[in-house]
Amino acid sequence: MATLHNAPASSWETSTTPRKNVDVPEGLWLKCPECAAMIYRKIMEEQEHTCPECRHHFRVTAQQRITCLVDPGSFEEMDANLAPSDPLKFTDKKAYTKRLADEQKKTGSKDGLRAGRAFIKGRPLMIAVMDFAFMAGSMGAVVGEKITRAVERATRENLPLMIISCSGGARMQESTLSLMQMAKTSAALARFHDAGGLFISLLSDPTYGGVTASFAMLGDVIFAEPKAMIGFAGPRVIANTIRAELPAGFQTAEFLQEKGFIDKIVPRNELRSQIARVIDYCNK
Amino acid sequence: MAKTPSPPAFSLEFEKPILQLEKELANLVNLQETKDVDYAAEINGLRTHLTALLKKTYQNLSAWETVQVARHPARPQTRDYIDMIVKDFDEVHGDRTYGDDKTMVTGMGRIGGHKVMVVGHHKGRDTREKIACNFGCAHPEGYRKALAKMQFAEKFGLPVVTFIDTPGAYPGIGSEERGVAEAIAVNLREMARLKTPIVCLVIGEGGSGGALGIGVGDRLAMLQYAWYSVISPEGCSGILWKGGANAADAAEALKLTSKSLKELGVIDEILEEPLGAAHRNPRAAGDSIEKYVDKTLRELKRLPLDKLVDERYEKLRKLGTDAVTA
Repeated sequence: MATLHNAPASSWETSTTPRKNVDVPEGLWLKCPECAAMIYRKIMEEQEHTCPECRHHFRVTAQQRITCLVDPGSFEEMDANLAPSDPLKFTDKKAYTKRLADEQKKTGSKDGLRAGRAFIKGRPLMIAVMDFAFMAGSMGAVVGEKITRAVERATRENLPLMIISCSGGARMQESTLSLMQMAKTSAALARFHDAGGLFISLLSDPTYGGVTASFAMLGDVIFAEPKAMIGFAGPRVIANTIRAELPAGFQTAEFLQEKGFIDKIVPRNELRSQIARVIDYCNK
Repeated sequence: MAKTPSPPAFSLEFEKPILQLEKELANLVNLQETKDVDYAAEINGLRTHLTALLKKTYQNLSAWETVQVARHPARPQTRDYIDMIVKDFDEVHGDRTYGDDKTMVTGMGRIGGHKVMVVGHHKGRDTREKIACNFGCAHPEGYRKALAKMQFAEKFGLPVVTFIDTPGAYPGIGSEERGVAEAIAVNLREMARLKTPIVCLVIGEGGSGGALGIGVGDRLAMLQYAWYSVISPEGCSGILWKGGANAADAAEALKLTSKSLKELGVIDEILEEPLGAAHRNPRAAGDSIEKYVDKTLRELKRLPLDKLVDERYEKLRKLGTDAVTA
């Protein structure tokens, strides 16, 4: 995995002190945050980044997701050069430009989404994958633009479209311009819908805010990963508003399926065949 | 005996000198009327002074002060504007899915020379109404009611006019259980392709997705002292400044005023408010809205529906493209 080898300082050879925080996955072994088993990283990665003991689904970067989902070597990336330009000149405790530079250095990407053509089990599709590693997968103008371009290309080329959401929501540092990406992407999906396109939306942990309230919930088919947290308002905001404890399992994928908002919870190792099946049934 | 105007009971910090003057003026007017003394010169002097102070104060409002004006308890709300400018308003309910959300007002009526479908958030004016309206925070059924009525409008050729005034969609258990995110998402998609003119007006607070859920259309206009942002200044301060104390800084950074949003190309038009904002003269704010809606609908109705929807797409498509570099 690219990100693993991009981080030499965290490999066991250069590490001199024992790591205390085993919840932060580094090194050759890691502790599963769900079942506490010590697991061998390589095995975890080979099993689509899930715990071999309890099937806990680890959060993956866009690159890791693409690597374990699409046919090897089939991903043809588009618009990788698009970068944010800070039109608001936003500054909080840290200037947005500085924050962006740090995130770009950390992830090697210009922003928090990768998009392109790919094949899954030999079936061509357009795919867009949000990257939580980049500013919590937040949607600003670049993410919105890349999704919109992917939708428009899928419309033109009559390809099935898949968007994998993993995001805290709209990006505050681009304010209303981020908000407007919800309208822009949804408008593009309206046209794709009119053209008869198949849109598969996969919600992974976490999917919140303006992402849930736009393209993520507009799939012809909406899949979610097991136990993924999905919602509009964050659980803390809700708890503060209603001044009460939230019910157990609130906003999990299982909860959403129970409430009727998700078609199917798909474990990661079944995702490829599940997508292929939907594409075939929809004659796409 | 002539009625003495009483100063508003609620005062914003930066409005205190104004309210003081308004009080003095009211006293003088009262004296003149009751004691039969001629204070005309003094009254005129005070009026001039007051006008100058209002102008000065309102010309230099900070973003945070603007947010406070937008939240002023006496600021006209959707139902006030309906009373003022929508003739023969005929409210309709019925989301056809769950229940009637009092936060979302929908109904038919006439604005200027146009028969329209009105859709708007209502925050509530007295305590009882505020509670019934959840202080302007709509539930999913509110967004679904809005969509049902907009689709009705499409079918029968009525343009849609939306009044946006919400701190945000309701963050609660029922709201999530019934899919508030899905409801908003569907509204965005459907409003983008609705085959009838849509004019959206931010009249007070434009709180994020809850505002956008009835905010996609051919034109987006904002009252001068309304705000519109991806998150409230308090929410943004809480996350980025790790505490609510920097709301004023956040308000500034979020570029949420009508002036900033016009410059950023997010809104089409700023609707001027009367001197000292809409709460001082609701009728004038209503006139401003009525004039804009009438003029805009006349323009939009000239377009064939296919062209209208294509142009709407092009307008939405451009949003934020200047914020992207290749």
